[in-house]
Amino acid sequence: MTAFAPIRTAIRSPRGGVSAAVLVLVVACALFAPLVAPYAYDIQNLPGANTEPGAAHWMGTDEFGRDLMSRIIFGARTSLSVAVTAISISVAAGLTLGAMAGYFGGWFDRAVTAVVDLTWSFPEILIALILIAIIGPGLESTMVAISIAYLAQFTRLTRAQIMALKNETYVEATTNLGAGHFHIIFRHLLPNALTPVIVAGMLATGDAIILEATLGFFGLGAQPPTPSWGAMMSSGTAQIFIAPWIIIFPGLAIAITVISINLFGDALIEALDIRNRLRSV
Amino acid sequence: MDASVPRDDSLVTITDLTREFSSGDGFMKPRRTMRAVNDVSLDVPRGKVTGVVGESGCGKSTLARLVLRLLEATEGKVIFDGKDLATQSQSEMRKLRRQMQMVFQDPYSAIDPRYTIRRALLEPFKVQGEAKTAAEGKATVDELISMVGLSPRMMDSFPHQLSGGQKQRVGIARALALRPSFLVLDEPTASLDVSIQAQIIDLLESLKEELGLTYLFISHDLSLVRYFCDRVVVMYLGRVMEILPGAETQPRHHYAHALLDSNFEPDPTRRKIVTMLGGEIPSPFAKIPGCAFVARCPAASDICKRERPPLTRLGDGHMIACHNPMD
Repeated sequence: MTAFAPIRTAIRSPRGGVSAAVLVLVVACALFAPLVAPYAYDIQNLPGANTEPGAAHWMGTDEFGRDLMSRIIFGARTSLSVAVTAISISVAAGLTLGAMAGYFGGWFDRAVTAVVDLTWSFPEILIALILIAIIGPGLESTMVAISIAYLAQFTRLTRAQIMALKNETYVEATTNLGAGHFHIIFRHLLPNALTPVIVAGMLATGDAIILEATLGFFGLGAQPPTPSWGAMMSSGTAQIFIAPWIIIFPGLAIAITVISINLFGDALIEALDIRNRLRSV
Repeated sequence: MDASVPRDDSLVTITDLTREFSSGDGFMKPRRTMRAVNDVSLDVPRGKVTGVVGESGCGKSTLARLVLRLLEATEGKVIFDGKDLATQSQSEMRKLRRQMQMVFQDPYSAIDPRYTIRRALLEPFKVQGEAKTAAEGKATVDELISMVGLSPRMMDSFPHQLSGGQKQRVGIARALALRPSFLVLDEPTASLDVSIQAQIIDLLESLKEELGLTYLFISHDLSLVRYFCDRVVVMYLGRVMEILPGAETQPRHHYAHALLDSNFEPDPTRRKIVTMLGGEIPSPFAKIPGCAFVARCPAASDICKRERPPLTRLGDGHMIACHNPMD
């Protein structure tokens, strides 16, 4: 049994295979954007503004005459890196907080649970907006806002896992061998609690892309000329009747990426057989 | 105090051990405390098997955990090999744990599902900070695994690939890895098939001879306790009712008598009328001023309701906590 076996199983299922292929394509676009993109993302060509999709510009040009396909390819970088970084931070912090709260209990657990339940009771977008209102717009603050917005989810999930696992006999048995808390948490509890949290993190990455796009749409995320799918859609609203492709293509990019992440996550949940463990949140 | 056994001969001495658990936060729900183990004094003699019997909820598993300091005692002392466990620092306790190990009731969850048998058997050394080279590790695991009668081929299996009996053997090997002198056996056969139970008991018996171990054997299986143990401690609601010096000694406490009498006789011609206990087990939260067994005892008198009977000697290591013992 290796860690990759469930991933292989997931890829073999129809929805897992298709979604994995799309995700590989999206990630490759983000990684190799300068090689893949036909034009630079920030070269303006005002006479060629709002060109319809055609042979020269497959997805047309925007209101400044920039190639839309190139901007979408570079935009994948922004969207994916913000979402993945934010969720990684959030998962790491959630694992630490949740493990400590679930394992040690007591006043620390009550404090963490109180704060987490408070943030849990608001939608993520509201928390992110409040945080950005405090720290100001930009790429870094978007990451911070998204990671804090999702922190409650991972903390709760980890805490629930740890609380269930810490009563297993092997924890007591290992304690009796002379093991300290550190050994118990890092060698036994976290490895056993990790799988559902990682999968939840993967699914949340899809939501985080939408959240990043939403913040970008409001102009709170990446600042021009850095392309971001959300900001591109926002600028497309003004041209929606003269150049609808400016809003359609970034929207499609978001939809396809997020649907693929969700489908693949779903296939992975199936392959790992952990649906009920994720429900414990 | 069990004066019949010289104190220097006992590996573990338990004095007035009490453990309370509480429920309710005292704010929305009234705070209630129960004494899972109530004022227990006991000696575990070296090289012998001391059995603890009682029905579920009588505090025998709590007692096992207190003896190993897996739980902290509310009151009282556990002296292990001359050392008071409660006063040991964390690192002293870690060293001491090499001497005292435990075999658990549920072999199915006693090994981390992500660990191979090899890794599980090497963990004791890792935890104790004893680095082993790959060759040393293999030799150690080989030795441990054959000591409990398993094939070294199983070394790289995961727990879910093993049967219950095999898992319990791994549990025993893990407990023996650090060469302890004292083993607490918490119902080691309770979750195994009957045919496997006998094998495990045989194994434990031969390991005891081979390694000169001292056992504290927790069980609710009376026939097993009578077969396996040199001394039998009968517990009821967290208290010691009677200590029988040998398996053949007739119990004189009414509870111990009823308990041992309830043992099912497979031969119908030899079956006798079983004394059925009336009454109800009191709630563990109830504060009982007198004898814990008073509500169900056929010989209960006034004094039993008022005064808790002390554990007194009947001679020859036989001890009883009863105002009106049987003849």
